[in-house]
Amino acid sequence: MSGQTPGREPENPLDQALESVDAAAEPGLAEELEQERAREREAAVEETGVRWADAFRRIVSGGWVVSVGAIVLAVLVGSIMIVFTDERVQETAGYFFARPGDMLAAAADAVGGAYSALFRGSVYNYQADTLTLAIRPLTQTLTNAGPLVAAGLGVALAFRAGLFNIGGQGQILMAAAGAGWVGFGLTGVPFPLHLLLALVAGILAGALWAGIAGILKARTGAHEVIVTIMLNYVAFYLISYLLATPGLLQAPGSANPQTPRTQESAILPRLVGERFPLHWGFVLSLLAVVLVWWLLNRSSIGFSFRAVGENPKAARVAGIDVPRTTVSVMLVAGALVGLAGVQQVLGTITTGFGSDIDAGIGFDAITVALLGRSNPWGVLGAGILFGGFKAGGSAMQAGEGIPIEIVLVVQSLIVLFIAAPPLVRAIFRLPQPVTRQRRGTPPVRSTATTTEGQA
Amino acid sequence: MRLELRGITKRFGALVANDHIDLVVEPGEIHSLLGENGAGKSTLMNVLYGLYTADEGQILLDDEVQRFDGPGDAMAAGIGMVHQHFMLVPVFTVAENVMLGHESTRAGGVLDLDSAREVVREISARFGFHVDPDALVEDLPVGVQQRVEIIKALSRNADVLVLDEPTAVLTPQETDELMGIMRQLRDEGVAIVFITHKLREVRAVADRITVIRHGRVVGEASPTATDAELASLMVGRAVELTVHKETPRLGDNALEVRDLVVTSPDGQPLVDGVSFTVRGGEVLVVAGVQGNGQTELTEALLGLHESARGSIRLDGHEIVGRSVRRILDAGVGFVPEDRTEDGLVAEFTIAENLILNRTDGPPFVRGGSLQLDARDDFAREKVAEFDVRTQGIDVPVGRLSGGNQQKVVLARELSRDLRLLVAAQPTRGVDVGSIEFIHKRIVATRDAGIPVVVVSTELDEAVALADRIMVMYRGKVVGIVPSTTPRDVLGLMMAGIAPETEGEAA
Repeated sequence: MSGQTPGREPENPLDQALESVDAAAEPGLAEELEQERAREREAAVEETGVRWADAFRRIVSGGWVVSVGAIVLAVLVGSIMIVFTDERVQETAGYFFARPGDMLAAAADAVGGAYSALFRGSVYNYQADTLTLAIRPLTQTLTNAGPLVAAGLGVALAFRAGLFNIGGQGQILMAAAGAGWVGFGLTGVPFPLHLLLALVAGILAGALWAGIAGILKARTGAHEVIVTIMLNYVAFYLISYLLATPGLLQAPGSANPQTPRTQESAILPRLVGERFPLHWGFVLSLLAVVLVWWLLNRSSIGFSFRAVGENPKAARVAGIDVPRTTVSVMLVAGALVGLAGVQQVLGTITTGFGSDIDAGIGFDAITVALLGRSNPWGVLGAGILFGGFKAGGSAMQAGEGIPIEIVLVVQSLIVLFIAAPPLVRAIFRLPQPVTRQRRGTPPVRSTATTTEGQA
Repeated sequence: MRLELRGITKRFGALVANDHIDLVVEPGEIHSLLGENGAGKSTLMNVLYGLYTADEGQILLDDEVQRFDGPGDAMAAGIGMVHQHFMLVPVFTVAENVMLGHESTRAGGVLDLDSAREVVREISARFGFHVDPDALVEDLPVGVQQRVEIIKALSRNADVLVLDEPTAVLTPQETDELMGIMRQLRDEGVAIVFITHKLREVRAVADRITVIRHGRVVGEASPTATDAELASLMVGRAVELTVHKETPRLGDNALEVRDLVVTSPDGQPLVDGVSFTVRGGEVLVVAGVQGNGQTELTEALLGLHESARGSIRLDGHEIVGRSVRRILDAGVGFVPEDRTEDGLVAEFTIAENLILNRTDGPPFVRGGSLQLDARDDFAREKVAEFDVRTQGIDVPVGRLSGGNQQKVVLARELSRDLRLLVAAQPTRGVDVGSIEFIHKRIVATRDAGIPVVVVSTELDEAVALADRIMVMYRGKVVGIVPSTTPRDVLGLMMAGIAPETEGEAA
């Protein structure tokens, strides 16, 4: 994982130049440099051997390598944490100067053990006796990923429209309550219909809860960050109250603040058999990924979402109703987050739930959206990664005695590194991002450009 | 102090931004550096100011070779720079801004604001700046903020003053005042480097002119050179500066504005009872000093002001109270005053910006789905037709130069089925080559029988484009006069003094 660019010189001086030119002070020069760079790149691409180098450059200068770099860095720093918290390492450190090998071996053991446990707990358990047990961790990872991806999409979509949706927790709770209420309260409805009704109820509840923030923002300008945070509290205590009140959400005859079981007819079926926890919720999340991708990149609604997100003033001048768009964005975002709550209640925890049903997903979703660069496919990858951390974390704790907190430290470090791209770039010596030119379209040049250049 | 640049070369990779540039500025001289955007003027000045290190060449002050590692060195050597974008702290007072960076303190680390105030007063009095040292910078008009920048430079005993596109943000009056200040400074023996691409200003104030194109000095000119000579030197080809247009052929369609009132949120009238008519096939230029209601007038035409009262009839249909979307659909083309704020989404590609206000139906949207092929074909066609200099339609529009950005806006608006074109400051911050093009397209729109409203604060442009000129002052119409009206009459009208033949066409 070094930032060497094969084929061409590691750092293109034009890139550096472009970066150092203050585009605001001298737009023309920046443009010239850009064109020069593009010409150079075209020339390079023509030599077939260099094509890969060029492709690599584009990837490297994009945000993805930063995400991967952040993960690598976090894992490295996590290793240090593991080494320092490991008891055997601490023991052997006492006689480090007599026999340094002991401590180094213990450290290697601890790190190796920890990360292999993480792998075994999240992807493939090669120590298991049967294939079923061996691949069970993967299905657990995907099960965890389902709600994370859905909620992550909700946050990412809002990001793209310039809105910071911190209200994941509240939206999940309201969606869970909605889906749960239909799931256990409605009787005599056959299987697929009951499930569908519960799904819709949950998604609607999430959408409406987020929609409140959207309406307040659109009508009064109230900042969505504050509103969504406060709506988290409102939802949490409201649900807590409903759960503690007989006749509302509380299971009849129970003193615990918990709902009844979800009825069989409203449960998301298992996807690959009863022995694996994976249910159809993950498929719903996958569909949501495709839907959000289409919405953002191919639909006129998504176009206006993005326009409002990037420049609301220009969007208004272009005839886009900005307040209405704000409300729509929050409704869709809430529906996506709601899908996460629905999966929790109808798929993962069907034996009745309490006010902790959101399981931190609402906030993890922000991380997932950031790690995924607010891109639907990126969110999918990030969601699966975090699902893996969740699944593997318990295996690390159980198998190797590593505190679960260390896993959380690694997760948090990822976010930290993500939030500081220049740091990651500096460490891996990656080139700065200079262009967002996309692939696939041949350059267009008006006839005059080729000869006279800048006029 | 005599400034000499010898063979300055600055490369950015394969691009040579400055190619062996020689420049001598004598004390007591205003030396104008003329060139298009991207010609390398600012790069050269950044080298002089120590922001870039030259790859080759020397900087000499009074024949001594200098070596600047940063702006601090340059300032210490007596070079002052007023950037195009001011480097002031808005919430600080004038005195605080002036002392920032070389604060003097009294015992106990207390800032010696009194001495800073004294410095401001002294310089202010010497040059007649009328700047209050205790005023907050954010409360000051742009022109006064610029004087604060000049005071800042002078307070550090600058003998060489670099003004980088200083008039870009100024009104005509402020520009005149700045020129007065420059002459005064020159007479005090300051060497002034005046960077600009506006020909009129150069001829008005410069003692010597050096023209830069593509990073090279392409010639020196005397201030007596004509605009056309300077422009062709700058652009490298002959440039048409006058707008050729036939006598208007008026149509029956018209924009009729009656008693239009726009108020600010705190109830102040911004547009105050404005009435005018523009017939199809004519250009009405709304002239006036910036900030006299022209901006609000154009915004009201697009339905951007909910406070708008009165009547705006396009082809006989009332459009006050309609949504922006419906006004666009009625055929109003709108080129906003600030294209980066209101006209374009910088992060969007050229193709996306070209359909920014056309996503409500065919041909670019069908069944809620963007038609990417139609969009890209359209974009390629428009990029070629409007001569947008770009590597491709997928380049984010924020990467283009001002002139090319404006062509994108114009391409979008003119390719719709128009019944009215409203263009606010269509050539502001646009290079000479593009101005010519933009003017031609506006005249072509007029000749197609469409009413055209252009807002311009530059009299040259107003006179060149207009069939009639409407001058606004403090939200009111001073008068509507033919474009043949003498400049001095127009100048008086811009100061609010109505001409004797008032109401000629109003």
